Amino acid sequence: MVEVARLRHGSGIGQPLTRRDGVLKVTGQASYAADNHPPGLLHAVLATARIARGRVAFLDLAAARAHPGVVEVMTPANRPALAQDPDDKSVPFSFRLDLLQNDRVRYAGQPIAVVIARTLEAATEGAALLAPRYEAEPVEASLDAADVFVPEVVGAGAPGETWHGDVDAGLAAAEHRIDATFETPMQFHNAMEPHAVVAAWEGNRLSLDMPTQGLSLTQMRLAALFGIQPEEIHIRSPFIGGGFGSKLLSGPQVLGILAARLVGRPVKLVLRREQMYGPVTHRAPTRQRLRLGAAADGGLTAIHHHVRTATSRFDDFLEPSAGVSHTLYAAPAIATTNEAVRLDTGTPGFMRAPGEASGSIALESAIDEMAYSCGMDPLEFRLRNYAEIEPVSGKPFSSKALRECYVEGAASFGWAGRPLLPRSMRDENGMLVGWGLGTATFPALMFQGEARAVLRQDGTGLVETGAHDMGQGAWTALAQIAAESLGLDASRLEFRAGRSDLPNAGIAGGSAHTATAGGAIHVAGAQVIARLTEIAVADPRSPLFGAGNIGVVARSGRLVRWDDGSRSEAFGDILARAGLQEVEARGMANADPTAAERYAMHAHGAVFAEVKVDPELGQVRVTRLVGAFAAGRIINPRLVRSQYYGGMIWGLSFALHERAVLDPRTARVVNADLAEYRVPVNADVPSLEAILVDEEDPHVNALGIKGVGEIGITGTAGAIANAIWHATGVRVRHFPVAIEHIVAAGDL
Amino acid sequence: MNRFDYVRPRTVAEAVAAGAQPGSAYLAAGTNLLDLMKIGVARPARLVDLNYLAGLDTIEELPDGGVRIGARVRNADLAHDLAFRRRFPAVAEALLSGASGQLRNMATTGGNLLQRTRCAYFQDTASACNKRAPGSGCDAHGRENRLHAVLGWSKTCIATHPSDFCVPLVALDAIMEIEGPEGWREVPLADFHLLPDATPERESVLAPGELVVALRLPPEAAGFAAHARYVKLRERTSFAFAVVSAAACLRIQEGQIAAARLALGGVAAKPWRARAAEAFLLGAAPAEAAFQQAATIALAEARPSGDNTFKIELARRIAARALRLAAAGTPERLPALPASPFAPLPGGLHG
Ligand SMILES: Cc1cc2nc3c(=O)[nH]c(=O)nc-3n(C[C@H](O)[C@H](O)[C@H](O)COP(=O)(O)OP(=O)(O)OC[C@H]3O[C@@H](n4cnc5c(N)ncnc54)[C@H](O)[C@@H]3O)c2cc1C
Ligand code: SF4
Repeated sequence: MVEVARLRHGSGIGQPLTRRDGVLKVTGQASYAADNHPPGLLHAVLATARIARGRVAFLDLAAARAHPGVVEVMTPANRPALAQDPDDKSVPFSFRLDLLQNDRVRYAGQPIAVVIARTLEAATEGAALLAPRYEAEPVEASLDAADVFVPEVVGAGAPGETWHGDVDAGLAAAEHRIDATFETPMQFHNAMEPHAVVAAWEGNRLSLDMPTQGLSLTQMRLAALFGIQPEEIHIRSPFIGGGFGSKLLSGPQVLGILAARLVGRPVKLVLRREQMYGPVTHRAPTRQRLRLGAAADGGLTAIHHHVRTATSRFDDFLEPSAGVSHTLYAAPAIATTNEAVRLDTGTPGFMRAPGEASGSIALESAIDEMAYSCGMDPLEFRLRNYAEIEPVSGKPFSSKALRECYVEGAASFGWAGRPLLPRSMRDENGMLVGWGLGTATFPALMFQGEARAVLRQDGTGLVETGAHDMGQGAWTALAQIAAESLGLDASRLEFRAGRSDLPNAGIAGGSAHTATAGGAIHVAGAQVIARLTEIAVADPRSPLFGAGNIGVVARSGRLVRWDDGSRSEAFGDILARAGLQEVEARGMANADPTAAERYAMHAHGAVFAEVKVDPELGQVRVTRLVGAFAAGRIINPRLVRSQYYGGMIWGLSFALHERAVLDPRTARVVNADLAEYRVPVNADVPSLEAILVDEEDPHVNALGIKGVGEIGITGTAGAIANAIWHATGVRVRHFPVAIEHIVAAGDL
Repeated sequence: MNRFDYVRPRTVAEAVAAGAQPGSAYLAAGTNLLDLMKIGVARPARLVDLNYLAGLDTIEELPDGGVRIGARVRNADLAHDLAFRRRFPAVAEALLSGASGQLRNMATTGGNLLQRTRCAYFQDTASACNKRAPGSGCDAHGRENRLHAVLGWSKTCIATHPSDFCVPLVALDAIMEIEGPEGWREVPLADFHLLPDATPERESVLAPGELVVALRLPPEAAGFAAHARYVKLRERTSFAFAVVSAAACLRIQEGQIAAARLALGGVAAKPWRARAAEAFLLGAAPAEAAFQQAATIALAEARPSGDNTFKIELARRIAARALRLAAAGTPERLPALPASPFAPLPGGLHG
């Protein structure tokens, strides 16, 4: 194996390129799954359950079938057979699917039939005409449900309980104690693009246009469900209009594929907005109890983070909110524990920063309360409890520039001189002003990925990998890595992604896609260069003859002697002389298990918020947000800043807006549309700043990338909650913060 | 969506004739009606499209000093009409605080007045709702009702009317002009919307087939221009309905309130005119004590219909705020965030 040079020159890494697909998107030329119209296409519309538990007793099939334009109605009675139980979860990151296996209803919004028609309108009305009757059973919709269980694992396999040190002793010895309970609501991903599929069968070959964050996993699961080979399934997913964890394979998409099989014609199925509140996962509600102890000098003596959350009655996903307490603050004793109840809802799942988002707002609020009770500035308190090593695991951090984040963020925000006491600041209009801080954290993950790279005699290159662009900018950032790995200008590079017939790039999740797909590209590119180098240095006619493999670097389409820049040769010339049209290689990258054994690996950040609160009316407005983040190597600062902005706005949304209201009596989401499920508008976000703090990480992976997609939420939500307290003196522990929580406290 | 007939009348007479047939609904911009059709709440047999009618789309200055606004005038066009805005600043401010730019560019005067409630159970055909399905019950009781009514509600229905526009209009004694199968009539806006009582399905005095053709503001309404504000409390800075809102209009002469108008939004099934509070303010000095007292009077009869006790105090406070802002004077220009408490307080007075 050839040692891969870590840094090459003359490529796009680190450059703030604009999105390569930007013009396509703003001019409407980028085609999303639902934009496809193969000849003979029929439209499928789901009929979904209005009850949350029971069975479907009757569907007026005759009325639906009689509606002009309706071609077929798919129900459990005529749904084509599957080769695998929809409850089978052998494919990683998968959930039990509702694929019309029987007449049971296990949550509101569950598909109970599919109407297939010549037009969308006919299918929609056909679905309404089914007018289902149900045998309903009593539902459970509250975190206060009586049957509580203790999960063995939470999230994607973390232990349900972690004890480190003696928490009781730590609390007993403490000078200051906080015991506070925080509540976070049920939330839905609400990607702009609804889940959709355009499916066409040709014999056993299946052609799909569908957004997915996991091409290969989707292909595997569909192959198992339909009893065909993965290679028989071709998925195109060039653009994804947001996924946030909800766009792995969803049940409704499989139903679209089943519908196409049933009618023997291509079928399109697109979820309506309200249909996204049920079968495509969500973030579960949590109730988190934080018990903190601190000594007189402000040093934490204990943290106990206990979480109650909810999962569905038929599957498990436990929002792992307590995980943030394992790494953020140094304390001799840290315990995290979990319990859960089962509700008659769809199964929760991965939603942007699963666990970290909900856990961070609680932990950061509690830390703020403790800082105040110790009489310390919130930043000073955090520095006093700065974790030099990861407290629970005892491992050193692979890198951690959090201190620099605090410093740079505080400087830009103007934190110095913040009064300790709440209700100390007002603006010229009499609005209460408050400043709050939150620490951001997210683990640096990586999955297994593959890529193929080719250099051609005409001096161009090709790099391909089945990567996913959900809007985060993979088309651009990965192409930058590809260009660099081949020492080519991006304009000479063809970059392919977003298709299942390309090498498996893993999933776009866990903020790990750039590390994963980028890592694979990096290896593939290096392999191609190594092959080319072998050819050149062995050829007496080459100016590089005898340079040895490591004595050569690739730069601007040429191999160049490391020690003598004047001796170089163009890629194409090397290939031409060798009589080769092209040279290719595949590369694979994976997380290094020894790095994870030796190091704790996380991105970090510090977010500073300013809020104004109307003292009479209780209305809150976030007037400034400054976030400083350290996440290893930055491939493209423009795209990374966008990710931070998006994350910070999401954090604002978490603190002040987002909440799905689950009706206690019916377990139905009452506000299942974007008018009533509130997310911020531009006017809610007047000023945002994201600072990219330098951080070099030699351990985390070959490219030194930590991931930036999710971290922005963490820290931000807590910073805003803390700023509200600082403005008003009212500590709201119930999110999103609502006007009534603030005015309940009387005149401010 | 059900299958429906679609007609495009060219004249008011044709429209009324088509609208009088059972199952008809008038279609203005459709920003509310089409949404309700898509979710199955409205299933009209016939849409009578008003968009191709001749007329009803102008803002007319009347010889008596009043103004007449055609039912088809778009919300944005009205709010941005300089002459109108100068004379009726609180109405413009209310309009611009509603919905979003895109919606206001479409939404019409008539449609705004007749928009339906945002009650979640009204919008969900699987729920019991006396307004949508008379006699079926009211699922909002004891459920998600934090934004429901605190004034004028009945056991049968606790929903609110969501319009911002209506609030200053009712304060300024707007009059509706209605054309119908039985001929032309006019109705004060204050009497146009109905409280639920036992028949929440009847939301206005419009008889089947009756068409709102215009709305008039009387000449006195312009007399408040120097002291007229709308304030709206909402859960995000824009694109949200009012939690509570208030329009306050004052005429101040020689340090005394010579005329006062106060109306509340988001509190009842109709824009709520607070006449007792207005009477109290007459002759008072425009000062904090009077505003607080008037606001308390305005809410005297309020009672919670669910988890919304907080709205009573909020409505009281926003009424006081609106009066205080109105007394301080209409700002020279519309605030950048219309009706928002975060709009800077007025600097220059309306000239
Ligand atoms: C997301 C969202 C947010 C919104 N936020 C706000 C807000 O903050 N504040 C606010 O005030 N509004 C808000 N709105 C509501 C908006 O103002 C209304 O949808 C709009 O004013 C309706 O006007 P239209 O012309 O589209 O009416 P349509 O939808 O066409 O009609 C509405 C109703 O009025 C009837 N109708 C229309 N014209 C006449 C007429 N001339 N005579 C008799 N009947 C008639 C129709 O039959 C129908 O029943 C919001 C709407 C949406 C979708
Ligand atoms: S409050 Fe009125 S609109 Fe809402 S469910 Fe009850 S009856 Fe229907």
